[in-house]
Formats: sequence, C-alpha cells, structure tokens
Amino acid sequence: MDRNQSRRQVAAMKQALFDQGLLDEQYIQLEELQDAANPNFAEEIVTLYYRDSSRLIANIDQALKERNGLDFNKMDNIMHQFKGSSSSIGAKKVKAECTVFRECCRARNAEGCMRSFQQLKKEYAALRKKLESYFQLARQIGPSERACCPK
Amino acid sequence: MNVTGNVLTEVGAARELHVLAIDDSHVDRKVIERLLKISSCKVTVVESGTRALQYLGLDGENSSIDFDSLKVNLIMTDYSMPEMIGYELLKKIKQESSVFREIPVVVMSSENILTRIDSCLEEGAEDFLLKPVKLSDVKRLTDFMRGEGKIAEKQSPKRRQSDNCTPSLSTMFSLTSYHRNITSPELLPSLSPSASPSKKSRVSKKIELC
Repeated sequence: MDRNQSRRQVAAMKQALFDQGLLDEQYIQLEELQDAANPNFAEEIVTLYYRDSSRLIANIDQALKERNGLDFNKMDNIMHQFKGSSSSIGAKKVKAECTVFRECCRARNAEGCMRSFQQLKKEYAALRKKLESYFQLARQIGPSERACCPK
Repeated sequence: MNVTGNVLTEVGAARELHVLAIDDSHVDRKVIERLLKISSCKVTVVESGTRALQYLGLDGENSSIDFDSLKVNLIMTDYSMPEMIGYELLKKIKQESSVFREIPVVVMSSENILTRIDSCLEEGAEDFLLKPVKLSDVKRLTDFMRGEGKIAEKQSPKRRQSDNCTPSLSTMFSLTSYHRNITSPELLPSLSPSASPSKKSRVSKKIELC
C-alpha cells in the first residue's frame, strides 16, 4: 500500500471512530499535544489507559461475583475511576456506558449492573480493536504526517 | 502595568513556572504533565495529597524545608482521590501560616457539582477546572500566572472568606473557567454584568481599574 493510500486510510479510520461515536474531541486534544519530540503521545496515553482499564475491569468482574451481596459503593468508586480515564482519552461510548453502570449502582440494581457491564466490556473491546488498527497504520505513515505544528 | 510585591511578581515571562500537579489517575497525570510542559512549565507530578505534602515539606517530617529551593508557583490537584481528596489538600495548604498558603491552588474535577465548586473556592482555591482538562484551560492559567492578567489589588468576591489569601489571582480569574458551565453574574460585582464575558474583556477591564 503506498503512502498516499495509507494516509487516506488512516484519515478514514479516524473519521469513522468519530462518526460512530466511539471517540470525542478529547481524543483530538491528545493528538494536538503531539509534536516532533513526542510524536506518539496519543498512543502512549491510550496504552496507559488500556493498562489501567484492564485492572479496573478485573476489579469490577470480581466485585460482581461477590456471593454475599454486591458492594455497590465499591463498584461505583471503581467505575468513577474508569469513567474518568475514559473521558480523558475521549472514549465517548465507553464513558457513556460507565455512567449507565454507575446509575445502576446507585439504584442498587444488580441485574442492571451486570447487563451494563457486559455492554461496557463490549464497547471497550470494540474501541480497543479499532484503535489498535488505527495506531498500527498511523505508525507506518510516520510521525511527520501526524504531528501538529511543532511547539 | 506592573504588579506590586507578592509571590506573583517573581513570575515574569522569562521565569519558569513550576507547577505541582496531583492526581491518582495515571492517565490524567500523564496528560496534565504534557499539557503543562507544552505550556513551558516545569512540572512535578505526584499521585496523592500525602505525597504532595511530603514534597512541599508540609507533612511534619521535614519542617525546615527551604521553600525557595522548591519554588512551586502553582498547585493543580484532582478533587476525587482516595485517602485525601483535593479539598482536604487545599485546606491543609491554606491553613499553613507560611508562604505555602500563598501558592495558588487549582482544583480539577470531572464532576460539575456547585456545592463542591463553592466549598473549594471558599477554602481559597484559585480556580476550579472541569475535567477533562484542555490545553486552553492550562494555557489560560499559565498565561495569567505569567502576568498577562496579574492584578495586585485586593478584591473580595462574595464567597471569599479570608482576606489573607492571594488576592490577585483569586477573584475574577478564579471565576473564569468555572463560569464555563455556570454563569453567575453576581460573582463579578464590579465587572461587566453580562453573563459570560470573555476572559480577555474581564482582564482588560480589571487593568483599567488599577
């Protein structure tokens, strides 16, 4: 695939992520923080996000398996963190699902929590997959194509 | 237009702003660090209020810390943190009877809760930023700290309790960003009555009053 084609494809992938509501303007903010010295900042942050999220998701998974009654406060707290970092990278759909989950926590709705969490994991997985493809292709193009005006 | 002597006079355009940022989220720490570096600040980022107090030498362990060697010009703290929330950290700093209470403290939160904002401002926070924090938020803060809007005169907005808090940064600047979502004209008694004046117009208006 030649460079121009790759460039177009990257642009299309990015546009799709926004059109499908997976990302919001906060993600653009991250890319705007890139420059020649930090060409992969957005990807670095997203990678960090994956790491944090995996831990938080595992914690909620664990919490939802509690046999002696669900600790809604604890889950709400965990989800608050997850929502926060999702918001920081512009993960729009994931963030919205976090809100739904938190509402279920506040309503002490165990069924709702479980359903919402399943949905959340789906959204998260979908986002992650698409972002991974995006970054992979973007890396091929090279930093000069993606960086903003140097600061 | 020059500022009369206070902590802010030393922060000229040429001098580096040293910002201490506190956030328990690793992602947010990285982002705020980058935002500040892009805004030409020296940045120290820590993960908790306890660590921040340690860094500043306010944890009781090392009371003979030399503030000059630290030279923290601005503190930006997340609100919701385990063990010590941003509000508690703010209180501890403002309760210091030393130069530390002069350091402007900005609180960041993902939750737009009026009572929370109110109590932070009353406790002496200079500003309250809604997360996710943007480059424009940080630039506005740092531009202001560097002198584009420095005003030395004391002014007590309705909510400010203590007169001893850093006067210049506090008042009208502190209301800028939290006005993004909540417009309360009564908090700007001496300025333009319009609901959401731009920061620029507020600053220039204030300059005229000097």
